[in-house]
Amino acid sequence: MEKPRKLKMPFDLTETRITLRILRSSLITMIGLTIVSAFLLGTLLVVITNGAILPYNPMAISTNSILQAPSVSHIFGTDSLGRDMFSRVLAAMPIDAKVPFAVLSIAVSLGLLTGTIAGYVGGIVEEVIMRVADIFLAFPGIILALAIAAALTPSVNNSILALAPIWWPVYTRLARGETLSVKSQQYVDASRAMGHKASYIILHHIIPNIFPVILVFATLDFGSVIVVFSVLSFIGVGAQPPTAEWGLMSVQQEQYLISSWWAPVIPALAILVIAVGFSLLGDGLRDALDPKTRGLFT
Amino acid sequence: MSTQVVAATNITKYYPLRTGFLDRMTRKEELRVHAVDGVSLEIGANETLGLVGESGSGKTTLGRVLLMLERPTAGTVTFYGEDITRLAGENLRQLRKKMQVVFQNPNSSLDPRMRAKDLISEPLKAFSEVGKETIEESVLRALEAVSLSNDCLTRFPHEFSGGQKQRIAIARALVLNPQFVVLDEPTSALDASVQAQILNLLRGIQENRRLSYLFITHNVNVVKYMADRIAVMYSGELIEIGETKEVLERSLHPYSLSLISSIPQPDPRRRLQIVPPKGETPSSVNPPSGCRFNPRCPYAETICKTSRPSLREIKPGHWSACHFAEKFVDPIVTNS
Amino acid sequence: MDFETHLTQRLGDCSPRMDQTTFTPIPATPSESLVDIQDLTVNYKAGIRVLTALNKVSLKIRPREILALVGESGCGKSTLGLSIINLLPSPPAKVEEGRIVFQGEDLVHMSGNEMATLRGTRISMIFQDPMSSLDPVFTVGQQITEAIEIREGRTHLVRDSYGPFPRNYQVGDPTARTRLNRILFGVSSRRSRMRKYSDEAVDALTKVGIADPRRVLAKYPHELSGGIAQRVMIAQALVEKPSILIADEPTSALDVTTQAQVLNLMKELRNEIGTSLLFITHDLAVAAQIADKVAVMYAAEISEVADVNEIFTEPLHPYTEGLITSFPNKYRDQGKLEAIGGDVPDLRSLPSGCRFHPRCRYAFDRCAKERPHLVEPSRGRQVACFLRYSK
Repeated sequence: MEKPRKLKMPFDLTETRITLRILRSSLITMIGLTIVSAFLLGTLLVVITNGAILPYNPMAISTNSILQAPSVSHIFGTDSLGRDMFSRVLAAMPIDAKVPFAVLSIAVSLGLLTGTIAGYVGGIVEEVIMRVADIFLAFPGIILALAIAAALTPSVNNSILALAPIWWPVYTRLARGETLSVKSQQYVDASRAMGHKASYIILHHIIPNIFPVILVFATLDFGSVIVVFSVLSFIGVGAQPPTAEWGLMSVQQEQYLISSWWAPVIPALAILVIAVGFSLLGDGLRDALDPKTRGLFT
Repeated sequence: MSTQVVAATNITKYYPLRTGFLDRMTRKEELRVHAVDGVSLEIGANETLGLVGESGSGKTTLGRVLLMLERPTAGTVTFYGEDITRLAGENLRQLRKKMQVVFQNPNSSLDPRMRAKDLISEPLKAFSEVGKETIEESVLRALEAVSLSNDCLTRFPHEFSGGQKQRIAIARALVLNPQFVVLDEPTSALDASVQAQILNLLRGIQENRRLSYLFITHNVNVVKYMADRIAVMYSGELIEIGETKEVLERSLHPYSLSLISSIPQPDPRRRLQIVPPKGETPSSVNPPSGCRFNPRCPYAETICKTSRPSLREIKPGHWSACHFAEKFVDPIVTNS
Repeated sequence: MDFETHLTQRLGDCSPRMDQTTFTPIPATPSESLVDIQDLTVNYKAGIRVLTALNKVSLKIRPREILALVGESGCGKSTLGLSIINLLPSPPAKVEEGRIVFQGEDLVHMSGNEMATLRGTRISMIFQDPMSSLDPVFTVGQQITEAIEIREGRTHLVRDSYGPFPRNYQVGDPTARTRLNRILFGVSSRRSRMRKYSDEAVDALTKVGIADPRRVLAKYPHELSGGIAQRVMIAQALVEKPSILIADEPTSALDVTTQAQVLNLMKELRNEIGTSLLFITHDLAVAAQIADKVAVMYAAEISEVADVNEIFTEPLHPYTEGLITSFPNKYRDQGKLEAIGGDVPDLRSLPSGCRFHPRCRYAFDRCAKERPHLVEPSRGRQVACFLRYSK
């Protein structure tokens, strides 16, 4: 007999096939899946080839080709320093993938841990955890992030450390709420009646059942993290120029909005497309992970 | 007199009711839900006690207290003579091996994300001293006891029918070899054609393993088939207890009489001829004073409104909590 | 001495009342039917599959008749009820073929607006959980008044309705004057409407056995108990004086004592008002209590239809027989129940031939190959079983 797995993610083939079938059944989810796959694939390529795959050097300044409109040679045009926009957008992908993934991973892990304990154990433990979360939520997020980022040496990695603290409390709240509703399910009662400890129940029953909701929420947050990160970059405590990062690119070229719209708009569009892609996929994933819908597709 | 497997003495369970802040300040007494009020009963070895009542009677709460899923506000529970009411932590966990539960709705009592083999083996994982081989053997044995085939093991709950899911729940309850099983409406969520199968299965298992059952239900027909003795609850109180045939045919309490006569039978010639009791089950927050059934009882007198009747042994082995229980005792009836 | 006689004797002072409707003969024109369902087939699209919820179902309901539709989960009984009143959730559900003839018209091919005029006036429906059928933000009085208004054909309600009424219906276009009234005097016109109909509402509540009806009129649904709420639903359905009332498991969510009260009530009301009642239930015993005629469904098909007295004494279909013998009615020491083996079939993977044959103790070769059609061994009885095919 195999060991029970912690997270019931589809590992063996039939389950994966069912998941794919469900995802394929909705056009909207397929759009999301396409966008996200393209994004991740692109990121992977850029990282593996160390930028060799990019048509131009994203950092190469060229004073005689500034602010050129999109054309055959420069698909997305050039910015105010003559750098090719297309290469910069692609070069920014590793950063704009790394930061949200890292921040959300930390937030979700921390949120799950604290939220499930708070929801399951209740009492004073719950009060303490929720009040601490409230304190973090009470701070205007960006100010707190700025303060932390400024205290540490401004860099991309340190921005992750700055953003995580403002993101985790929402997940704690969410996890706690979901835990409360799962806790009242009879299979949790059954587990208690057979003598399992709270830690087992949280790990094996509560977390697998609340994970889909958390996942969907996290996918919706993806775009938000990029946006806040770009604010940090703009102020100067996030990604440092001349690094290619969508938010930074967008706000740095802001003054050319009317004259050369492609410079600020295209990076912003990139953020939009990725955010939408993730949220569409997340929605579809929620349906795909629900055992009831899976039953219809076996 | 058989050894008592489980005995409950004066079990009372109140839940505090959360009302508004100002309300709590101005009220003298805190509002409470009187879920169970002073219930005493016992279950012997290899015996099925049927616990009958409608919604709000407190039967499910009583079952949970006997399993120590909730601690009673007052009263004691003993298991084979030992007081288990104050047990906690590891001692309580070890006790769980001996008492198990089967819930009403197999859709919510089985984790939809676990396969049947994980569901059935889950109780064994709570106790680390069991080795790997024994887990597999125990699961297969439990599966056999509920007449399910081995290829059910890798499937998820949503791939099974209602009756099969309930069999998995029963197998899960048996895998630790308990001595006492609480069955909380085990067939109420099942289709009629499957109900009889599960009832027969439960009886067979009881005979093989000499288990004691507490069979909680609102369905008097089912409990007639399953129970040696019946206990009737109304609004948190135990109002009658005795042998099944005695309670159903020679009932000594007006509520039991009205309950039994309200049960429809699948025979159109026996249509309900008795007027069912008027009114509804009383609120558990503010139960009527004296006997809780008095507002709806056709025999109520002044004493019924002022003093709560205690459970008295009216005939040998047949107890009733009614001031006028003797009125219902039959003169000797010769067989006709 | 058997149990019932025992009880009647000992409760002599409980004024036992003979149930008058046990032997009421079937209404005056036996061949006329109020609702004639012919070969109705309804499919559901779920995920990648198409499930047939009703498979060429034919059934007749006569005026003033109480027909109990009995079946287990998934047999299609609720779908049948919803099809008559045309409240099937339209994207997943689709009527593939068949007709439902009601008072000379085919309901299946009726337009949305025409159907809306029938709903709530001539065809009414009540559901299992009264708490979710009543709108929680309106008082009982407002909801009953709404029902009366629909009947009077003067609905000025533009809000989306919930429960058994469709969205955005308007029975009769309001004139320009009423539109102006509505805008200028929205609130007061509702109050005056309520006053006009409050007497009738009180009357309706009294008829369903609610004590102190004026107080109940002012209450909100969450302040009512289950039994009272279901009576309010019945009052609301009957105030419209429909020709047929469809009740989908109306007593399943109620306590047994409350259920007995409500069943008695429904029978009395049928006698008084003369509505037909299609009573959908999974409980055979409840059907025995209330029905004139019983139709048994199994796996999206009708397996047997018979008079209530005949079907219990002499069931013709093995499934009906199995249901009756497996009903727990024995004491513990009176031997084991005869259960029906196997499980209720999954609509996704149905057996070939007769759908009941894997579980049938009388099954023979033909049962696995062909599907039996409904035959009429005697007048008023129908059964779909090869055993009853005349040679």
